[in-house]
Amino acid sequence: MNNQKRKPLFHISRRQSMLWYRIWLIRGLAILAALVVCALVSVVMTGENPFSIYSTIFTASFGSPRKIWVLLQNIAMLLCVSLAVTPAFRMRFWNVGGEGQALVGCFASAACMILLRDKLPNGMIIFLMFVTSMLAGAIWGAIPAFFKAKWGTNETLFTLMMNYVATQLVAYYCVVWESPKGSGQIGVINQQSQIGWLPVIGGQKYLLNILIVAVLCLFTYYYMYFSKHGYEIAVVGESEKTAHYVGIKVEKVIIRTMMLSGAMCGLAGLLLTGSTNHTLTTTIVDGRGFTAVMVSWLANFNPVWMIGTSFLLVFLSRGAGEISTNFGLNKSFADILTGIILFFIIGSEFFIMYKVKFKHAAEKEVKA
Amino acid sequence: MENRIPAVSMHNVSKRFGTILANDKVDLEIYRGEILAILGENGSGKTTLMNMLSGIYYPDEGEIRIDGRPVIIRSPKEAFDLGIGMIHQHFKLVDVLTAAENITLGLEGRLNLKDVSRKIREICDTYGFQVNPDQKVYDMSVSQKQTVEIVKVLYRGADILILDEPTAVLTPQETDRLFAVLRNMREDGKAIVIITHKMHEVKSLSDRVAILRKGQYVMSVPTRGTDEQEMTDLMVGHAVKLNIDRPEPVNPRLKIDVRDLTVRNIDGIVRLDHVSFTANSGEILGIAGVSGSGQKELLEAIAGLQPVESGSISFVEDDGTREELVGKDPLEITKMGVSLSFVPEDRLGMGLVANMDLTDNMMLRTFRNGFTTVANRRVPRHIAEQVVNDLHVNTPGLNVPVRTLSGGNVQKVLVGREITSSPKVLLTAYAVRGLDINSSYTIYNLINEQKRKGVAVIYVGEDLDVLLEISDRIMVLCGGKVSGIVPGRGARKEEIGLMMSRVGGSSHE
Amino acid sequence: MFDFVSFIPRAVVQGVPLLFGSTGETLTEKSGNLNLGIPGIMYVGGICGVIGAFLYEQSLPSREMINGVLAIGIPLLSCLAGSLLMGLIYCFLTVTLRANQNVTGLAMTTFGVGIGNFFGGSLIKLSGSAVPSIALTATSSYFHRSLPFADSLGWFGKIFLSYGFMAYLAVAIALIADYILQHTRTGLHLRAVGENPGTADAAGIDVAKYKYRATCIGSMIAGLGGLYYVMDYASGVWSNNAFGDRGWLAIALVIFTIWRPKTGVLSSFLFGGLYILHMYIPSGLNLAVKELYKMIPYIVTIVVLVITSMRKKRENQPPQSLGLPYFREER
Repeated sequence: MNNQKRKPLFHISRRQSMLWYRIWLIRGLAILAALVVCALVSVVMTGENPFSIYSTIFTASFGSPRKIWVLLQNIAMLLCVSLAVTPAFRMRFWNVGGEGQALVGCFASAACMILLRDKLPNGMIIFLMFVTSMLAGAIWGAIPAFFKAKWGTNETLFTLMMNYVATQLVAYYCVVWESPKGSGQIGVINQQSQIGWLPVIGGQKYLLNILIVAVLCLFTYYYMYFSKHGYEIAVVGESEKTAHYVGIKVEKVIIRTMMLSGAMCGLAGLLLTGSTNHTLTTTIVDGRGFTAVMVSWLANFNPVWMIGTSFLLVFLSRGAGEISTNFGLNKSFADILTGIILFFIIGSEFFIMYKVKFKHAAEKEVKA
Repeated sequence: MENRIPAVSMHNVSKRFGTILANDKVDLEIYRGEILAILGENGSGKTTLMNMLSGIYYPDEGEIRIDGRPVIIRSPKEAFDLGIGMIHQHFKLVDVLTAAENITLGLEGRLNLKDVSRKIREICDTYGFQVNPDQKVYDMSVSQKQTVEIVKVLYRGADILILDEPTAVLTPQETDRLFAVLRNMREDGKAIVIITHKMHEVKSLSDRVAILRKGQYVMSVPTRGTDEQEMTDLMVGHAVKLNIDRPEPVNPRLKIDVRDLTVRNIDGIVRLDHVSFTANSGEILGIAGVSGSGQKELLEAIAGLQPVESGSISFVEDDGTREELVGKDPLEITKMGVSLSFVPEDRLGMGLVANMDLTDNMMLRTFRNGFTTVANRRVPRHIAEQVVNDLHVNTPGLNVPVRTLSGGNVQKVLVGREITSSPKVLLTAYAVRGLDINSSYTIYNLINEQKRKGVAVIYVGEDLDVLLEISDRIMVLCGGKVSGIVPGRGARKEEIGLMMSRVGGSSHE
Repeated sequence: MFDFVSFIPRAVVQGVPLLFGSTGETLTEKSGNLNLGIPGIMYVGGICGVIGAFLYEQSLPSREMINGVLAIGIPLLSCLAGSLLMGLIYCFLTVTLRANQNVTGLAMTTFGVGIGNFFGGSLIKLSGSAVPSIALTATSSYFHRSLPFADSLGWFGKIFLSYGFMAYLAVAIALIADYILQHTRTGLHLRAVGENPGTADAAGIDVAKYKYRATCIGSMIAGLGGLYYVMDYASGVWSNNAFGDRGWLAIALVIFTIWRPKTGVLSSFLFGGLYILHMYIPSGLNLAVKELYKMIPYIVTIVVLVITSMRKKRENQPPQSLGLPYFREER
């Protein structure tokens, strides 16, 4: 339909395609603009000059070997959950339940550690932790997928609710398994015996996690881009009609993919409980299930780019955390800065997807 | 028809979409108190012309006058303000709202549904509609939805009504009821335009008929002064020599045997009614019919995409054994070893994945091959290269999304993929729609090449000239029934045209 | 014997923030916007009210000079302004820039909760309080004030009249929102926009305008939920993260009420009741069970979601274009 009646100032149309370097140019500019705004906000809040703020952000992540390890560990855990939710997203299945799926993974590993500690050899327990946490995650993912496939139940709302069912389930067992009695918390599980603790390799507590996630990243990359399953997922996500036309069973693909997504989230839970924290709390996943949605989306669902986007988010939030400590601000300052940066990046996607032409300079393309 | 100032007159109106001239200097007059039928084949520019009146499109050239006054119509709302209302083939209704709510949608002022309902009843009483204002749209049959659309237009005070193929979705009884209502409106002094390609409707309903052919205005005549034969001739034009190759079938053998096939769509409407026919190897079976006569359902039923109510579809092997295809999905059909290719009408929505590149689109048919979990991309890339080279696909490379290609190239990619698997049966739906002359001939040649290889080709087409030249036999569908099957050689265009408008082609009124 | 007279008022005060949140989110979702930023917006609404009240209280030389109208008006307006701003950010990104609604919503929640806790923390530090919370008892007393004769009416007064004005405001807003959605032209157009923006557009309705308005008004209503929580329920005491997951529970409530604000009135009290039920049901000494009770609202919501999708009754489905951006393709 035509727009001539009100003579709008600009005219928007979908882009056919865009050169890859221009895409990254736009994203880069968005991040740059976001950093400028963040610096301004920080300057207003702290009264420091912007360069000392940038250097604070930088040292927060790279200031010492220990900081680098923590940075890598945080990237690994965020990346793990992000990788997990990605196959579902490629299928246009909006799984915002990564939080819950990871949490039940934590829960399953903690259950193994607590319930089996004196009954089975340690190796067997660790093996069972892997199996049960991934199974728990898979079940948590399969439930909404089943209803989506059969009856088209809204998956965003369903997976969202499943998060809180998981939270309350964990809250219940936090009291049941509380230690010491009356604290309402589980504390560090098997502190003395270290049963169910994943082994520390190379003398670095976080190295195992990082390696596992690195392998997982390669696996996801392969799965999404080179496997038959990955191809089916892509076809279902793009067009169910085409999938049907070539004989792909859409329901089966939805359920299978969500089970995989859930299982990978469960694995993230295992790493959190079995390797990093050795405990179980309702907030152990720390919102990564939600942040993962953004990490995955920002990387255009590409597992390798996701290393970059999860680095970006972890780097910024650690930097903002450092600013808040150094300048006596509240820790939540990090969330504000993260939010601002996300807004800029989210907004910049528009200029990648659409072309804006101003009416009085109709031939001149405008790129923000 | 004493009132000779036209309610609408269009003069020299042209509309172009890219390189295609949809309307070429069309002149048309519409009078009050008269039902005008606009007759033309698919793609003759009927809908485009009327969309310019209803504000959907803006003409590139020409002038529109309403009651003798030149006007500019930029949006549907402006068309409404001029009293023009159009009922499209795709209804614009919100399912969860009631009839009354839909009818008042977008208007201004306080919402008083009682008043709205009363006014709807008044309109219904005046013209003989039956609408329950409180019924939800999702509860309605197609014909009820259409009625709501018409009432919506009348409610807004339109006195020039345009209906785009209103009977395509109706049963004969519903059609009769609609026509009665339209006649009432004519008596009330409204100007009515109905777009159609069905001759008998023109004959039974209209006062005057305007004929379009390939975007051009042919002429308009009083309906009483013409007959179906003349209208058909005017509509289809003289047979145009296209010089499409038609090799003699070599050793034709039975490949597909369809018996008593009946198919209902989701709404429970019969789309195929006891259809029986055969298709032979080395032969092209052309399928003619106005759009929506069941062509889509027929091809999809053979391909395993359409649930079948009754009847059978057998695939006959060279050794004479039969495989039943009804009740199988596409994967099962492939697994049975039936090699069947299907070029669907919806190229980018069904046949291809618009956002994937050429290689990945080739992979749709081959990705299951091999015993590992790895999807082999080497073979599809090779196929893609071959298709690009052999069919001269104009593309910057194999890694561009197919949606960025032009229509002709998209179709070459699709047809190319479907024939690389050396099928025994090739189904094509509107294979050359929207393609330029050169691309069209490429496709004809490809199809003929398949025929020479002994493939049984079922070619659904809309251009009768092409069907007449390419087909060995032509089956004509009309309203889901087989209207007749005639040899392609020597078939007359007028004869096919008549068969398209009624079963058997002979007069039955 | 189950003590309804003490149970109901407590369920109601638990339910009111949810009612604000769900009414706001229902309006938003009716326009086709799935705003997962509601939890963040409620935090922002709460903290903006706190900031307003804090600044006002600080500006007074003595607590006795506090003016009732200003004590209520300033926090109320700052709350509305803050949540409106959040609504505008969401709309700008999702409607004007057509960004993915899920991603934008989640970013809004991160941002909003961050704002809430950051400014909360800063104010706590500013006020030099020994405990990690900030108390605005003077302001709160105005929000908290119930009708003077409520106490004298026994159980009736306790169940129906013992609340601050915002509780009644929540009910009134829910009923008005319901009326607007069901019985006015604006509501009709809004529903059409959420169901089928293409059709609404063809009928001459300005889709973007409706989405903006519904989402911004929805955000402001949700923001009031945060304000009620801190000023009335928590007696003017802000402590970080105290608001908890109530924002998500409000989104659950939207589904539970199948997008009907009217139903939200009683449902929110029911959800509130489930939150505190454990105190009234003898569960022995097992504190853990109360966590399972808190699971009930979510389970029930899932069941409602599943049943409505299975029954396929069209009125009970989420708005059809929920979560999808609208783009009128140029021809």
